[in-house]
Amino acid sequence: MQKIVERAKELLADGTVNRVLGWKKGDMCFNPEPAFFETAEDLDENFVYGGFCGANLSKYMIDASKLEGKTLVLLKPCDTYSFNQLINEHRVDREKAYIIGVGCKGKLNIETIKQSGVKGILNITENGDMLNIETLYGNTEMKYSDALLERCHVCKGKEHKIYDELIGESQDTSDRERFAEVEKIEKMSPEEKFAFFQKELSKCIRCNACRNVCPACSCRKCVFDSTKFDSSQKANTDSFEEKMFHIIRAFHVAGRCTDCGECSRVCPQGIPLHLFNRKFIKDINEFYGEYQAGADVDAKGPLTEYTFGDCEPSIVKERG
Amino acid sequence: MQRIGVFVCHCGSNIAATVDVKKVVEMVKTEPGVIHAEDYQYMCSEAGQAKIIEAVKEHKLNGLVVCSCSPRMHEATFRKCAERAGINPYMVEIANIREHCSWIHKDMDEATEKAVILARAAIAKVNLNAPLQAGESGVVKRALVIGGGIAGIQTALDIADAGFPVDIVEKEPSIGGRMSQLDKTFPTLDCSACILTPKMVEAAAHPNITIHTYSEVENVSGFVGNFTVEIRKKARSIDMDKCTGCGLCQEKCPMKKTPSEFNRGLGNRSAIYTPFAQAIPNVPVIDRNACLKFKTGKCGICSTVCAAGAIDYTQVDTMVTEKYGAIVVATGFDMIKLDKYDEYAYSQSKDVITSLELERVMNAAGPTKGHLERLSDGKAPKEIVFIQCVGSRCADGRGKGYCSKICCMYTAKHAMLIRDKYPDVNVTVFYIDVRTPGKNFDEFYRRAVENYGVNYVKGQVGKVIPQPDGKLLVQGVDLIDNKQILKEADMVVLAAAIEPNPDVRKIATMLTASIDNDNFLTEAHAKLRPVESPTAGIFLSGVCQGPKDIPETVAQAGAAAVKAIGLLAKDKLMTNPCTAKSDELLCNGCSKCANVCPYGAISYEVKEINDHGIRETRRVAQVNNALCQGCGACTVACPSGAMDLQGFSNRQIIAEVDAICR
Repeated sequence: MQKIVERAKELLADGTVNRVLGWKKGDMCFNPEPAFFETAEDLDENFVYGGFCGANLSKYMIDASKLEGKTLVLLKPCDTYSFNQLINEHRVDREKAYIIGVGCKGKLNIETIKQSGVKGILNITENGDMLNIETLYGNTEMKYSDALLERCHVCKGKEHKIYDELIGESQDTSDRERFAEVEKIEKMSPEEKFAFFQKELSKCIRCNACRNVCPACSCRKCVFDSTKFDSSQKANTDSFEEKMFHIIRAFHVAGRCTDCGECSRVCPQGIPLHLFNRKFIKDINEFYGEYQAGADVDAKGPLTEYTFGDCEPSIVKERG
Repeated sequence: MQRIGVFVCHCGSNIAATVDVKKVVEMVKTEPGVIHAEDYQYMCSEAGQAKIIEAVKEHKLNGLVVCSCSPRMHEATFRKCAERAGINPYMVEIANIREHCSWIHKDMDEATEKAVILARAAIAKVNLNAPLQAGESGVVKRALVIGGGIAGIQTALDIADAGFPVDIVEKEPSIGGRMSQLDKTFPTLDCSACILTPKMVEAAAHPNITIHTYSEVENVSGFVGNFTVEIRKKARSIDMDKCTGCGLCQEKCPMKKTPSEFNRGLGNRSAIYTPFAQAIPNVPVIDRNACLKFKTGKCGICSTVCAAGAIDYTQVDTMVTEKYGAIVVATGFDMIKLDKYDEYAYSQSKDVITSLELERVMNAAGPTKGHLERLSDGKAPKEIVFIQCVGSRCADGRGKGYCSKICCMYTAKHAMLIRDKYPDVNVTVFYIDVRTPGKNFDEFYRRAVENYGVNYVKGQVGKVIPQPDGKLLVQGVDLIDNKQILKEADMVVLAAAIEPNPDVRKIATMLTASIDNDNFLTEAHAKLRPVESPTAGIFLSGVCQGPKDIPETVAQAGAAAVKAIGLLAKDKLMTNPCTAKSDELLCNGCSKCANVCPYGAISYEVKEINDHGIRETRRVAQVNNALCQGCGACTVACPSGAMDLQGFSNRQIIAEVDAICR
């Protein structure tokens, strides 16, 4: 972390960048939040980079691209896919970004720690492969790898797809089959599927956190906020959330979603929203060949490119 | 709110016999916006249209819903009628209560309910319709014909004679197609080459025709009147301008053991070759997979012997890009593969051949110089069995469901020619039905039976078993005598089904022309527009549209030419005003729409946008209305819903769905 701060201060000082987009300390040790820093003092005082800095900063670059001068942005390996996708869609300006690829050994999920029975958390410190947890009821510890976010178990690897320079080591933390959960749901009967999704989606309070954090959901005016479309809805007045909202959102980001997992990370209700997107990704892979959005900045994407090799619509129909 | 008139057509009894039209009129009167509703026996008639015009004047209507047949039949009629009544033609919607309703229902209550629902949907749409103005686009006065068989040649000649330049693209080294492989033609038994070659020569010599042989269409963009086509001219390895066609290179080529495609693999050719003697152009190509020079770097004999210095081993494929107003598809057919029919022992015995192979065997320029002989041992056959419908009219899914149409006639021709030339040879034909509709066709078949003593057996063959002595044991059934037949034959000829050239799928995709389950290109209307594809500016010639013999093919080729000429003769085409439009306030500038646009109609501009007082300079999509064909691909690709199709807006479609689901 200190290296990042030193380098950021250098780049601010020599005028390469006008501001730094990183994470600042939150009110608790486990909720740092994205922030812009314009001075060395601010960096020294408030900047933080650690296991809880899961937030993907790519989307903030849409607004930062409109600001004067360059912005130094810190991207973890998986964040760079989102950034590439945004370049592809002309939503961010590569010239306005100075990208430092920061090391990542997997990011932590406070909910996983809490669910393991730890209560009254005061502070969590990283100690090699372990986490030392101070609580109101004494100290405890937990393996770092047991507290990872879901997305880190299906890690995309330690390679940064786009950067100006790299600081720190990364680790590939994948230890689960990416589509295992999707396959489990695919095997359910239609009634079971409906019951499963109804149970999950009925928790939705329509806080829009998933949409607001999603780097693919970057429309200037969201269809859910626009009176031009009949889909404009207030929260939780009917079964819209259960039946439509998340499905529509999944369709809107299909073929563009990098599977960054931010939607599930930020959902206050713990809905596994990434499953929708991952089902789309799995289908796209099966129908059109392996595709990872954001891996190639110039890719047209399987859903907006027509080739003679595309599967016939009848195959899609047969598969359902 | 619009002032809408609803007009319900009886279509004689077509609609009125199944739909209670009076009830439909009553039910729609209370729909929002409906001022007037009436029914009439034939809405499309002069009197019917007069009623519409009268109602518009009397009730000051500004939107019309006609509940009648498919919009493909009469949408244009009623749009013109609206124009005469002083309404914008795009304020008319058709509710299809015939094809979508009366024709497919038997129960009157059900059909009436559905007719009302369809009318409601159309009314809901008209309520959101806005007047649209059609623009104009030019016509490139040049046609492309894909395929240089008899269909393509005839179409090209007819278009060229009308004064328009035509390009033929043929993937083989010579034009001529399947017909050039045939020996004699039914029902007159004149030699195929004798009647085809003059046409080939005429096409080659025609000042308005350009022939691209050994070439393939690689990409098609644009739309009716304005297609841009990329043609790949494969490397021939011969300088076409220098070659004199003397043939010395072919004579001296050491690689003479390459199976000849023209002779269906029954004979060999050299690595440098023209497919047949009358080839046009009479310029060989080097088959790089067979050529020693290309395989090992040694040889080069052709280059040494060529006095004209025409051999060029360094040639590469070249791309030609050309603009066309009309495109005619004439991609023809091939025989099906027989691997699923091995009960006929095609793969086991050289003496089991297809009918097209028999054409080559009987042809003086073929592998046996025209002598009828067994390909296994060169002996003269005494017993020949023809098996009909191999893969045609197939119910078990192995072959084609359709009748290949030409087999009955060419088998009668083969049988007759054999009996004429070799009276000592017995000929037996196993058939399901003998189908001979056509001028002088049945007389031809009767001659085979009555004058030439061909033995026709109604029944199918179950198995052909090659015997140790080289004979073929044919197990069949005679359905008329109700007995099993075991027959020893020297040769068996299979009338294999024909299927569209496999390349047609790729070509149809490029042209966005629809094809059916059997890969035949579909016509715009089976009866009334048989040579036009539903895709404007694309015409169909020959077997690519369905099985045909030569007379029919030539007739259809002429018809396709007439349709193409009709298009090329126009200076301007009315463009469809139902084009896409981008809402700049919603546009993200993400380029998804441009990615999916098949017409290249979308570009991007960086401009200042004033969003309710907030000024911002950003990238937004622009639609070129002259290029946009209103396919709507961009509207579904657009993540923010900024793209919408005029005349088919998202709101209109949702309104229709809502009206149906109400």
